[in-house]
Amino acid sequence: MNLLSVSKLNAYYGDFQALFDVDFHAHPGEVIAIIGANGAGKSTFLNAIAGNVTGRGNSITFAEEAISGLRSWQIVSRGIALVPEGRRLFSSLTVEENLLMGAYANTKDAWPLTHIYETFPQLKLKAKQSALSLSGGEQQMVAIGRALISNPLLLMCDELSLGLAPMVVHDIYETLTTVRERGVTLIIVEQNVRQALAFADRVYCFQEGRVSLTGRAGELKPEDVSRAYFGLAGAA
Amino acid sequence: MNGWIDSILQGVMLGAIYALFAAGLSLVFGVMRLVNVAHGDFIVLSAFIALWLQRITGFSSPFLTLILLVPLMFLVGYVLQRVILNPAFGADILRPVLITFGLSVIIQNGLLQGFSADSQKLHGGKLEVASIALPGGLAIGVLPLLTLGVSAAMIGLLQWMLYRTKLGRALRATSADLSTAGLMGVNTSHLFAMAAGIAMVTVAVAGVFTGIRASFDAVSGPDWLIFAFEAVIIGGLGSLWGTLAGGLILGMAQTTGARFSPGWQLLSGHLVFLAILILCPRGLFPRRAE
Repeated sequence: MNLLSVSKLNAYYGDFQALFDVDFHAHPGEVIAIIGANGAGKSTFLNAIAGNVTGRGNSITFAEEAISGLRSWQIVSRGIALVPEGRRLFSSLTVEENLLMGAYANTKDAWPLTHIYETFPQLKLKAKQSALSLSGGEQQMVAIGRALISNPLLLMCDELSLGLAPMVVHDIYETLTTVRERGVTLIIVEQNVRQALAFADRVYCFQEGRVSLTGRAGELKPEDVSRAYFGLAGAA
Repeated sequence: MNGWIDSILQGVMLGAIYALFAAGLSLVFGVMRLVNVAHGDFIVLSAFIALWLQRITGFSSPFLTLILLVPLMFLVGYVLQRVILNPAFGADILRPVLITFGLSVIIQNGLLQGFSADSQKLHGGKLEVASIALPGGLAIGVLPLLTLGVSAAMIGLLQWMLYRTKLGRALRATSADLSTAGLMGVNTSHLFAMAAGIAMVTVAVAGVFTGIRASFDAVSGPDWLIFAFEAVIIGGLGSLWGTLAGGLILGMAQTTGARFSPGWQLLSGHLVFLAILILCPRGLFPRRAE
């Protein structure tokens, strides 16, 4: 039984095709990492699932419902949340208002704010500050909290560790571990391949808009990964 | 001395009308970055509809027409935004502005057809001439005072809506980042339409108050739009309290200018506007940097 299944997904920016016939699936509770070079289509893939980029064909199914034609605001209430690349916090809103925006769609199932503050205690002290006055790591916590507060079945994180100190990245992955223990399905786009392989159950490698390699994280050979990543035959 | 105090007092009262003109313009610009060129024409349209409603219902006071006019104008704003303006939003910011320009022409000519070019006025009865005597031989009219109160209350309500309600939070979030707001589950088309509807509520109120205070005809809109623009820009784009202050400053500039010579009334308003634009290009109370 798949929570999310994607078959033959094609996505476009105008005339430019960013994804070619991508097949993908995720079981409930699974943690999946997507790796690949810049421009491989990882972010586009997450945005296509979230409804920010429109794919063609009716090829995305979530919890046994076709969601391909839906707009982003309709998809959130189905239980999919995205932590976008670059965090994309609302600059003119406070930390608390940013978090509350995450609960906009499904107020009924949403976590109470206190729940988020238990997960990220340092955010409570800065609740009334402008979101942009926080450090990069704290901003990332707001972005994750904003996605978690909607109580999603599937949480997608795009480039969580980009531009953050290793210590902060460590803390953030620690938090994600508690999220996974709660049974939330995770899809993580990660630049750091070692981090991705260590954290995920399964890995998809994207290359130029196509899935170049997929398998269980522990069973992939490093040379296969680097070939799939860079697209160079025999490179190790 | 009393003359000057009187001028300033009357300026504040006049400015309250300008703030009323500008409230909706300020909201729409603050949320959608849209300059509605037809804003003044919608105020005139509201005044004409109020006139017509009073005729067919026999309401004794034009204020009573607001019961029907407010929901009607909300609907007009909502539908207009959802059906015509939202699809025009995109990379080109000029497109929706051009549409409002077209609406302005349509409204003016529609009103000319329907109501002729005659000057009209709403009749407020005794309220129009009632006044309160102040020490020193000064007096303020009850209607202008009421206008000031309504104007301040309306700005306060809009401010409360934007900063204290879920709708307002979503409006500010959408204004900051449209696509991320969508990821939060915000139907941005609906939200923009709500903002336009709320702006039209302020337009309805402005139409009735202005229609009682001054005469209007089918092509008064652009003149009123100028005052609304100046109030918004003096106060700082996107700041509602700034818009109220801007309206009052513009009103005071006009009435004190008129003390020198009646011909200077409009000119001195424009000059103060220009001076402020040169000295603080972002207005007196700009919204914090984004």
